[in-house]
Amino acid sequence: MYLKRLLPYLKLYRKKLIIGFIVIAFSAVFTNLIPFVLSKAIDEIKNHAEGTSLLNYALLTVGFAAISGVFLYLTRQMIIIASREIENDLRNDFLKHILFQDQQYFHFHSTGDIMALATNDISAVRNFLGPGIMYTAETLINFTIAVSLMISFNFQLAVIAVIPIPFISYLVYRIGKSINYKFEKVQQQFSELTTRAQENLSGVKVVKAYVREQSETESFRKLSVDYMNKNLELAKVQSFSFPMMLLLTGFSAVIVLYFGGNKIINGELTIGELTAFIIYLGLLTWPIISLGWIINLTQRAEASMKRLCEVFDNKPSINDPVKVDTVLAVNNKNITGNIEFSNVNFRYHPNFPYVLKNINFKINAGETIGIIGHTGSGKSTFVNLISRLFDVEEGEILVDGKNIKQYELNKLRLAIAYVPQETFLFSDTIENNIAYAEKSFDKEKVVEAAKISQIYKDVDNFPRRFETILGERGINLSGGQKQRTSIARAILSDPRILILDDAFSAVDTYTEEEILTGLNGVMKGRTTLLISHRISTLKNSNRIIVFKDGSIAEEGTHESLIQKEGIYADIYFKQLLEDELRDLD
Amino acid sequence: MAEEKKINIIEPDENEQEEVLGKAYDTRLMKRLIKYLKPYVKWVVFSVLLTVGVALLSTLRPYLTKIAIDNYIVNKDTVGLRNIILILLATLVFQGLMQYSMTYLTQWIGQKTIFDLRMELFNHIQKLSMSFFDKNPVGRLVTRLTNDIEVLNEMFSSGIVMVFADVFIIAGILFFMFSLSWQLTLISLSVIIPLIYATVIFRRKVRAAFRDVRFYLAKMNAFLQEHISGIMVVKIFVKEKKTVNEFKEINFDHTKANKRSVKYYSVFFPVVELIGAISGALIIWYGGAKALEGVLTIGILVSFIQYSEMFFRPIRDLSEKYNIMQTAMASSERIFRLLDRKPQIVDPENPVKFENCKGVISFKNVSFAYVKKNFVLKDISFNIKQGEKVAFVGATGAGKSSIMNLLCRFYDAQYGEITIDDINIKDISQDDLRKNIGLVVQDIFLFSDSIGNNISLKNNLITESKIKESAEIIGIDKFISKLPLGYRQNVKERGVTLSQGERQLITFARALAYDPKILILDEATSSVDTHSELLIQNAIDKLMEGRTSIIIAHRLSTIQKCDKIIVMHKGEIREMGTHMQLLELGGIYSKLYQLQYKESNA
Repeated sequence: MYLKRLLPYLKLYRKKLIIGFIVIAFSAVFTNLIPFVLSKAIDEIKNHAEGTSLLNYALLTVGFAAISGVFLYLTRQMIIIASREIENDLRNDFLKHILFQDQQYFHFHSTGDIMALATNDISAVRNFLGPGIMYTAETLINFTIAVSLMISFNFQLAVIAVIPIPFISYLVYRIGKSINYKFEKVQQQFSELTTRAQENLSGVKVVKAYVREQSETESFRKLSVDYMNKNLELAKVQSFSFPMMLLLTGFSAVIVLYFGGNKIINGELTIGELTAFIIYLGLLTWPIISLGWIINLTQRAEASMKRLCEVFDNKPSINDPVKVDTVLAVNNKNITGNIEFSNVNFRYHPNFPYVLKNINFKINAGETIGIIGHTGSGKSTFVNLISRLFDVEEGEILVDGKNIKQYELNKLRLAIAYVPQETFLFSDTIENNIAYAEKSFDKEKVVEAAKISQIYKDVDNFPRRFETILGERGINLSGGQKQRTSIARAILSDPRILILDDAFSAVDTYTEEEILTGLNGVMKGRTTLLISHRISTLKNSNRIIVFKDGSIAEEGTHESLIQKEGIYADIYFKQLLEDELRDLD
Repeated sequence: MAEEKKINIIEPDENEQEEVLGKAYDTRLMKRLIKYLKPYVKWVVFSVLLTVGVALLSTLRPYLTKIAIDNYIVNKDTVGLRNIILILLATLVFQGLMQYSMTYLTQWIGQKTIFDLRMELFNHIQKLSMSFFDKNPVGRLVTRLTNDIEVLNEMFSSGIVMVFADVFIIAGILFFMFSLSWQLTLISLSVIIPLIYATVIFRRKVRAAFRDVRFYLAKMNAFLQEHISGIMVVKIFVKEKKTVNEFKEINFDHTKANKRSVKYYSVFFPVVELIGAISGALIIWYGGAKALEGVLTIGILVSFIQYSEMFFRPIRDLSEKYNIMQTAMASSERIFRLLDRKPQIVDPENPVKFENCKGVISFKNVSFAYVKKNFVLKDISFNIKQGEKVAFVGATGAGKSSIMNLLCRFYDAQYGEITIDDINIKDISQDDLRKNIGLVVQDIFLFSDSIGNNISLKNNLITESKIKESAEIIGIDKFISKLPLGYRQNVKERGVTLSQGERQLITFARALAYDPKILILDEATSSVDTHSELLIQNAIDKLMEGRTSIIIAHRLSTIQKCDKIIVMHKGEIREMGTHMQLLELGGIYSKLYQLQYKESNA
């Protein structure tokens, strides 16, 4: 039972839950008293009582309904609200666990899957906690009270009335299960249909070029027909559920009317009591139906909870050093920025090929290192390893002469600023994006960083300047503006090691030059790693390394590499030609 | 290619914005929607008749209960009681059967109509021109085909007919109540007005609360989406805790909005019960007094208690239908707007018969812009003889792909004329034109279907042996035959991953199987392994054999085999000639040659 894992949460809200159960009981008592009052009233009418007592009965009915209503209100305010609060806590805890998962985890789990856990699965658990628990309690209490009152009227009739109840519950459960199953089939077919439409429209050019519109329509029609049929299969069961319930509940009402009628004729029962019986049956209908429904709900919550527990139980492997005494007492500001790769081999998964092979490289604090190579040659992996986004199994990476696994993870990462290949900005103000790394910041520093990264002028032209909101509900920056903003973010974090992963690809060469000059000032005495496809970005670096198929193929200064006439020289030559062609009219 | 497309995406369709919900009923839209019910009009009428039956039977039962009490129980008539019980059972069974048929039938009608509508929409979208697809993201079109149509299903199946059902039930209840005692009816139903009032207020409040819930849910989802896709940035800057704290705030707002809706529910349900109890109390108080006077019977009182309980459900249902209709109107508006789109490129009214294509191509002073005035081709003229092989070269964005797009008539040029065998391509039907052209585009597109179907594209005229033969000629047959399922192997199935080169070869086999008179080939730029490279080069030779070929060439080996090279630069033809001639010229081509084709240094 994975749902057991919810106990700590339930304990936290036990006050609300206990009060909730108590008020459910009160509410049930008063609800069940109403038919009792009605029965007495009808009997009095039958026996030609005085008119004044009728008014009393009427007032009593309304009074009981009002009292029961207040309790009913409180029930929801306690139990459903508690379920919403637990949902809230559960979701917060979930996010906490997700965020601390290794980067590796995100390679194997899509954003969509993770979001489905955070929304759908938590909702399923919530449905169990709220309506599930509330209706279970309500059903049990209502059932007990109603049945005991019915027995007090007439034992035999009560038994007759109650007999169909377990059958109805079971039927609801079975139908619910079958509906769920067929519904899933419908959903599957729906996603197939969606995929097909998606694919057809993406390949519309091929379809048109080969004049295949008709056969495409035919295959879409087949899927549509399947989808329709699956829906009709579902409709068959769904249409069955209501009449079936109607038949069974109606059936017990008619049976009660028959036996009850005969008992009245024999003088064993009053008309009022019979009326009460019929009303009680009506009152019990919903709880009986809900019982089957609750079972389905619980099963679904259990499955969802299982998926959630997988996340809760998955402990990240990249963490602070286990033994406290081996942790280096280093503050991020004290890291000087010497980096060394020693015999590093790396692959993302034991089943995957190596991405980095036998890397040995030493970077001195204060150096600027240029990195170039084809897509997939291992450049990004190389820099990602330094901040321990992934851990190496073979070989070691040293910062200031100490294995990076010995550092406190946060301290190590805080010493490094990274501008990723795919610029990633949050839908927040420009200011908050630039100052992302800082807890509190002064505006001057933001402006300064923006000036160095050459985004200041752009921002200055926006009506709301640094308060401009980015993203869907704000403005969309151009690729170059995004890159410059994310460079500003890195600058402001005052790193000892700065990594720019192809961060200038959308910035024009002139601006790039300006940014690099500015960076030279800020990064004096600190280490900079520059990945780029453009020679112009790299040529002034202290040293340049060329990656090829996961290994370092060439290494040296711009001039020495040109003289070598290897890969680097070839890229350089081609880029010169490209520039020439572009300048042609 | 990619660069040229980008220009178009900047200009989104202005009309296709998702809008807020508006009217629940729009005569113009409704008239159009009703048309889709026409083929099933018999069944619609039948289902309406069924709703009448259901309404009649379900409202008959309390009346029968009344008779059972007044006529038989009070009079101690056991035989009469048994008979009326049997009648009651019969009405129950009949109501069950009719209810089942009605529910299923309305679902059936809904499914049939939306099937028709979906197919019509799909057909229509396929007929629209390429320029439409440039402006409308595939995702949006798919939404029209799926979600929007699904909304209409709800309207067709549970909307229209079920509204009748609710109305009939209300009418039935009123009929029996009034016939039993009109005074008691008026008194017991006086609570209807507060009930409707409470329902309307509740709906409005709850809708507002749900709107907030949806708003915060969307915000929460956006936040999750953003921070999970940007997890790297979060980790690099060590902002996990900050992220959790920000999330807590949004989550809290979401919970708060949910709690608000809980509040409305916790008030609404007791209020409804209270109103019901008041109605019961009124029946006891007023009806009881009348019963004492002997004007009303006990049975009438009991049946009234049942009737007033029955009355509330259809009223609540009707208010729900309002929402269904509202969303249905919004969706149908979007669907019809799409259906009203006319394709930009249409066939001539009397197309010239186009048979035995020779493959003589001519561009005369063609200028073309995807977006107004932004010309990507400027005054292009060239002639290609039957069977000639022509290579187009030039930097990205030079206009090479546009030439292919025009020749296939995916777009129409603003100026100039394009002819095949001296016939203007606008005078031929699009199908006839494209049947003679084999197009292989650079971004390889395979359907998630078997390899065989990807070659034949499910054209019955292309037999299995033809598929195999084409694959053999292209040199991919051996590879395919080795796959577990051979030609029936699905290209997207797990475990079988086709390399880029193999995928490319499959598209070549596709072009060859169709045996076109004119071949248009946009070579893939991505590098493949040497083995595939050789296969591809051979395959291209085979493909070009005996047909007029236009190739956007990226490989030197391909270019050298061509009769003529046309060099494009910034939308214009700058150089034309053979490889040697152009090299000697020392112009753009010689630079491109050094840049792209001279492999020796790499």
